[in-house]
Amino acid sequence: MSLLKIESLTKRFGGVGAVDDCSPEVASGSITGLIGPNGSGKTTVFNLVTGFIPKDSGSVSFKARTIDGLGPDRIYALGIGRTFQLARIFPRLTALENMLVPVRRKGLRALFSGAAWSHEKERAMEMLEFLDLSLVAKTLGGELSYGQRKLLELGAVMMAEPELVLLDEPAGGVNPALLERIGDRIRRLNARGITFLLVEHNMSFVMNLCSEVVVLHRGRPIASGRPAHVRSDPAVLDAYLGA
Amino acid sequence: MSLARSGDAWKVGGLIAVLAIALLLPAIAPDPATTNVAVFTVMYVGLATAWNIMGGYGFGSYTLGLLLARIGMAGGYAPFLIVPAAGLATAALALGIGWFALRTRAATFVIVTIAFMFMLQLLAENLVGLTGGGGGLSYPVPPWGGDYFNTPFYYAMLALALLSLAISWRIRRSKFGLGLLAIRDDEDKALAVGVPTRAFKLTAFVISAALVGMIGGVYGYYVTYIYPQFVIDPLIGISMVLMVFLGGLGTLTGPVLGAVILEPAQLYLAYNYGASRLYLVFYAAVFLIVILVLPRGIVPSVGRLISDRRARAGPSAPAAAKAVAP
Repeated sequence: MSLLKIESLTKRFGGVGAVDDCSPEVASGSITGLIGPNGSGKTTVFNLVTGFIPKDSGSVSFKARTIDGLGPDRIYALGIGRTFQLARIFPRLTALENMLVPVRRKGLRALFSGAAWSHEKERAMEMLEFLDLSLVAKTLGGELSYGQRKLLELGAVMMAEPELVLLDEPAGGVNPALLERIGDRIRRLNARGITFLLVEHNMSFVMNLCSEVVVLHRGRPIASGRPAHVRSDPAVLDAYLGA
Repeated sequence: MSLARSGDAWKVGGLIAVLAIALLLPAIAPDPATTNVAVFTVMYVGLATAWNIMGGYGFGSYTLGLLLARIGMAGGYAPFLIVPAAGLATAALALGIGWFALRTRAATFVIVTIAFMFMLQLLAENLVGLTGGGGGLSYPVPPWGGDYFNTPFYYAMLALALLSLAISWRIRRSKFGLGLLAIRDDEDKALAVGVPTRAFKLTAFVISAALVGMIGGVYGYYVTYIYPQFVIDPLIGISMVLMVFLGGLGTLTGPVLGAVILEPAQLYLAYNYGASRLYLVFYAAVFLIVILVLPRGIVPSVGRLISDRRARAGPSAPAAAKAVAP
């Protein structure tokens, strides 16, 4: 069953077609990789799905319900989380506070009561523990290493218990040891029932982690399926190696 | 841990001492020259804490003046009870202006609010039938006089400053405040993790406007005559921003300290060197010094100095724990 269904998604920037009649699907419970050469429209797909930029045409539905026209905060509230390419965290908030910002509360009164309820703090600390970040809980985001920021961003997105998480280059600029840790944590979160869609350039990372792969070329999917199958697809080889 | 505890004790003790001095000031120094400076200083403590919206202050002044004229209320203590109405009206105005202005960010937002401020000033100057135009708007004159004249205004301003501080303190510790801090750091990222940024910014804008509007109302009653070019003046906003930067942006005590240093200094210059705008030269100098030497403001810089000292004094001090490698 597909959790996220994208139909005929199209976006042009001036005369350039960034995403063109693009209709990939993300199966519930999968770790789906969205790959493709630079400029093939991967991040644009993310920005369109999460409501950061308006689409020209096409539609996106999540759990068989359309999310067209909703803003990023509403889409997040429905259960689609995302990370950014260069690990965006709040630099002047501590790691723990970074974890608490996404926590959702209902009602106006709850909004004006304490910044961290004890059960929220407990959950945040558990997540920091899970990511091996508990030692830096009180450190400002801006003072963390790049790898720690990547992990923190992933953890923070998880705090609102999304069902689908879009990861923009989770392996980008990360050393091999940390890469393994990030891959491992994604796998373990997936085992808890969270579906992932990730954009990534590191092919071995994608091939090891993903259960499904979609290849974009010039804003259009040219192949999809199991990693082993996609890897040997002539159209894919052509897109990556050809002109 | 004990270091932190004793630090807290000092803070609480200091707070009580400052509050006691503030409450007893008219008794300690009853001469009008001093209480006059005190009224304006406490006024700026409130303004700097609430972070004035451009022009909100003047709007509050006009609202209260017009309301008092409309109900035909005589001078006395009763007009103080109408002050919250000026706050409500200013909040309503901020809701309308903010709805449009908060579609923009950062520098653009500042420019849009300044444009709205000049529109308000023009309206106040030209709606002569309503505001009296350039001839000014008069308030009822309080029946008390002499040395006591400033005292009720001082307490009214102090009450509003304390209200601003209390609200600011409460917000800082709330979920809403955490959302605002997140917006300050990275607005798009905040949106991506579900913070309804526009609603949050609008709420903050409206709360700030309500406080500033009330302060403007008390100011109008104090000076009993208001003119468009003085109460709807960008210099009020600039003074406030300078106070916040000098004391320390994003701290609770910073704006208070900035106001307590700058406003008496400005009044000293104004009273001793005539109504010239010499103080602007002084402000420019302070602005330059703050930006070049103290970009973070006094409170954060001093705080850093103290924590660095402690870190050097003992390796077990909390600041040293931050050095843990990735």
